[in-house]
Amino acid sequence: MRDKQIEDLKEYKYGFSTDIESFKAPKGLNEEVIRFISNIKKEPDWLLQWRLKAFERLKVLKEPDWQKPKYPKIDYQDLYYYSAPKSFKEKPKNLEDLDPKLLETYKKLGIPLQEQKRLNGIAVDAVFDSVSVATTFKDTLTKKGIIFCSISEAIQKHPDLVKKYLGSVIPITDHFFATLNSAVFTDGSFVYIPPNVKCPMELSTYFRINASDTGQFERTLIIADKGSYVSYLEGCTAPMRDENQLHAANVELIALDDAEIKYSTVQNWYPGDKDGKGGIYNFVTKRGLCKGKNSKISWTQVETGSAITWKYPSCILKGDNSIGEFYSIAITNNHQKADTGTKMIHLGRNTKSKIISKGISAGKSDMTYRGLVDISKNASNSTNYTQCDSLLMGNKCGAHTVPYIKNKNSNSNIAHEATTSKISEDQLHYCQQRGLNQEEAVGLIVNGFCKEVLQQLPMEFAVEAQKLVGISLEGSVG
Amino acid sequence: MEQKLKTDFDKFISMSNFSNQEIKLKKEALDNFLKNGFPSRKLENWKFSDIKQIIQKNIGELTFYNDYNIKNEINDEIFIKEIEHNKIVIVNGKIERLSFEYEESDKINLTTLENFNQNPNDDNSLLSLNNSFSNKIHNILVKKNYSFKKPLIIYQITNEKVSNTNINFQLKFELEENSSIKIINLSDDNSEKNFINNLFNFNLGKNAILKNYKIDKKSNTNINYDYSSITQKENSISETFIFSSGSDYKKNEVSCNLEGQYSSAFINGIHLLSKNRHHEIRTNTNHLYENTKSYQLIKSVIDDSSKSVYQGKIYVDSKAQKTDGYQLSKAVLLNEQAEFNAKPELEIYADDVKCSHGSASGSLDDDSIFYLMSRGLDKKTAKELLINGFLLDVVEKITDEEIKKLLKSMIGLN
Repeated sequence: MRDKQIEDLKEYKYGFSTDIESFKAPKGLNEEVIRFISNIKKEPDWLLQWRLKAFERLKVLKEPDWQKPKYPKIDYQDLYYYSAPKSFKEKPKNLEDLDPKLLETYKKLGIPLQEQKRLNGIAVDAVFDSVSVATTFKDTLTKKGIIFCSISEAIQKHPDLVKKYLGSVIPITDHFFATLNSAVFTDGSFVYIPPNVKCPMELSTYFRINASDTGQFERTLIIADKGSYVSYLEGCTAPMRDENQLHAANVELIALDDAEIKYSTVQNWYPGDKDGKGGIYNFVTKRGLCKGKNSKISWTQVETGSAITWKYPSCILKGDNSIGEFYSIAITNNHQKADTGTKMIHLGRNTKSKIISKGISAGKSDMTYRGLVDISKNASNSTNYTQCDSLLMGNKCGAHTVPYIKNKNSNSNIAHEATTSKISEDQLHYCQQRGLNQEEAVGLIVNGFCKEVLQQLPMEFAVEAQKLVGISLEGSVG
Repeated sequence: MEQKLKTDFDKFISMSNFSNQEIKLKKEALDNFLKNGFPSRKLENWKFSDIKQIIQKNIGELTFYNDYNIKNEINDEIFIKEIEHNKIVIVNGKIERLSFEYEESDKINLTTLENFNQNPNDDNSLLSLNNSFSNKIHNILVKKNYSFKKPLIIYQITNEKVSNTNINFQLKFELEENSSIKIINLSDDNSEKNFINNLFNFNLGKNAILKNYKIDKKSNTNINYDYSSITQKENSISETFIFSSGSDYKKNEVSCNLEGQYSSAFINGIHLLSKNRHHEIRTNTNHLYENTKSYQLIKSVIDDSSKSVYQGKIYVDSKAQKTDGYQLSKAVLLNEQAEFNAKPELEIYADDVKCSHGSASGSLDDDSIFYLMSRGLDKKTAKELLINGFLLDVVEKITDEEIKKLLKSMIGLN
């Protein structure tokens, strides 16, 4: 049974591409293309100006090169910055109007778009190439006053909210990829939770890159107003293609007084084949701002896909007593490379942060944890606890830990621990003695190693993630 | 600055008697330094201590010319009386006395180096600066199977004759198979506002043992950079202890290459800082062969508006299976203005290894202070006792009993 399951899963099962005619912006990155995107989305003038300002800034910025995984130079003029299924020129009003091929794609991916068929109570916003295709469960959410829609829709319907918060955490003057996103972002999700509302269900976005030569630049903006709570999930897949594709998303979270945001990612972009050909460059900027007092932002990520993962979901703990958390599992196999971690910037008093990072590298892959903990002068009584463990399988892979620790406050405490080791022979022996074969034993031990992080995921995701952890490591032992 | 460097260099060469080969190498080194200039925060290794800016701010214009023809008097009173020892006395970058009175002279070979290694990588231009302006480089070779009977104390003195000057000094030790040496490196700075740039090279043969204790205690306004490069063959042991406290700015850098199996490197350090001092320790342990071991323990006590930095890197090559690497840095911040920065780094390419690091920083534990006070100590004494114990942990790692006793009394820990 398990063998078959493994056989099925060994290949990247989301690697198919859907034959849907797409409507694209002309290739290249220039003012025309930005105007084109803005125009087609019927954006107000202030947003176009905002994009153009970002583009001006982009011209003077240099692509960063301090990261560990090096990649061939990306020709930004040789990419499509906008691609949408052709039937989307007029956005469908309801699910029946959707292109059946598209529905089929999501069915294959296991994304429940048709509400009636769904069992799990998750509201989904699905993004196909550049545009958001459908959002489910709208009615239930609207009753509570929750806004959950694509960002393009939010720009039209809730311009005040968007204008107030867009770019307030990741300004257009940020680093290269974030600014690129600001200039050309196409779609993404928008969430607003009104004061004192606990969102009754998990909100979820599913990203898919379909067309070739396209970059995906979504922008997600989540605002949790005073005393509210939301849990948000993000999943991603892409077809198998020989060339590398760029994914440079921006995610901004804002938590006001007493609000809590939980953001979980299961990232399974196409990692490239066994020889490291193809795969997604996942250069994402994720940043959360604990703006109000007693607010909390928690990032959980399971990173198994992408040729190169390069991201640092961060928390800016501005409000007094605010809390930032980061739980991460990153797995690299074959020729995958990851440089990931977090930044915890303590600005307010009594702020707390916790970082648990588990890295597993196998095959010829390379994994780096890079993190920053910065406690500023005014952040009295703040604490941070960091634990990053790495597991190595074989001697052709690498595992690195590069934490930056800055303490400018004598009343604050920082503790950091890191270990690197391999799976202990004793544990393996014990499991095998009790009848598990080697792969099962490794799977069990690795799952135990990751448990602290897996526990943080919402139920449905935890099961998927657990499987993913096992699959990602297939063939890496023995 | 470029013009100044060139004219000072020409003057320096014309006043000294270097061989053509040396002049050629020194020129190359100068060109390399001119190309890169002083390291700034743009370089990862200098991120927390921008020496370019620090020199500009605290010294301003530097003179690179240093007259090694001046003879400096040595006052015998500065010598340590507690233990019998061999001496090297360096005044303003020039070796004034070299005496191995307690050793068998045929077991030690003293030479000057005609060929010195150029700085292989560009990320540390200070080594190039050192190569171009340092005086004749002495090489101390300890012959096979010979162990030093008494410790060697290197007195590094600067006097009031120099100021706003860059002083470069370089020394090399070669330890042949089964040999051993104990070195205490004492800084005795009586000058103001100089930039002192030291480079020590150690080559350890099979089974060789190096114990190296570096003490910077005397309060002074100099900017000090000290680089030790240690290369180790099979079964060799190196032990480095750093006490860093007196200079306004100090960066100690220790780089260990563990090239032979069963070789091990221990680096322990203390930062005891006050006023607005800024000290950094950077360790770089490269495990390049199987079954090697390294251990680092760095503790900082930071008062007033001083700043302590620890950057430590453990690199494990894919060949270096069964590596054991451990690194711990701890800091106590005593004042609101104090700052501690750390970057403990692991870069690992082999799977059968045991590597870990830890770093913690914060204030003195209130519970512990309360405990001591409830037993009748006043707050000040309680704090002192805790700090004493905190730092003593590092001093106790010193393996040579005689030297441990000496250093404890020098530092004032007991």
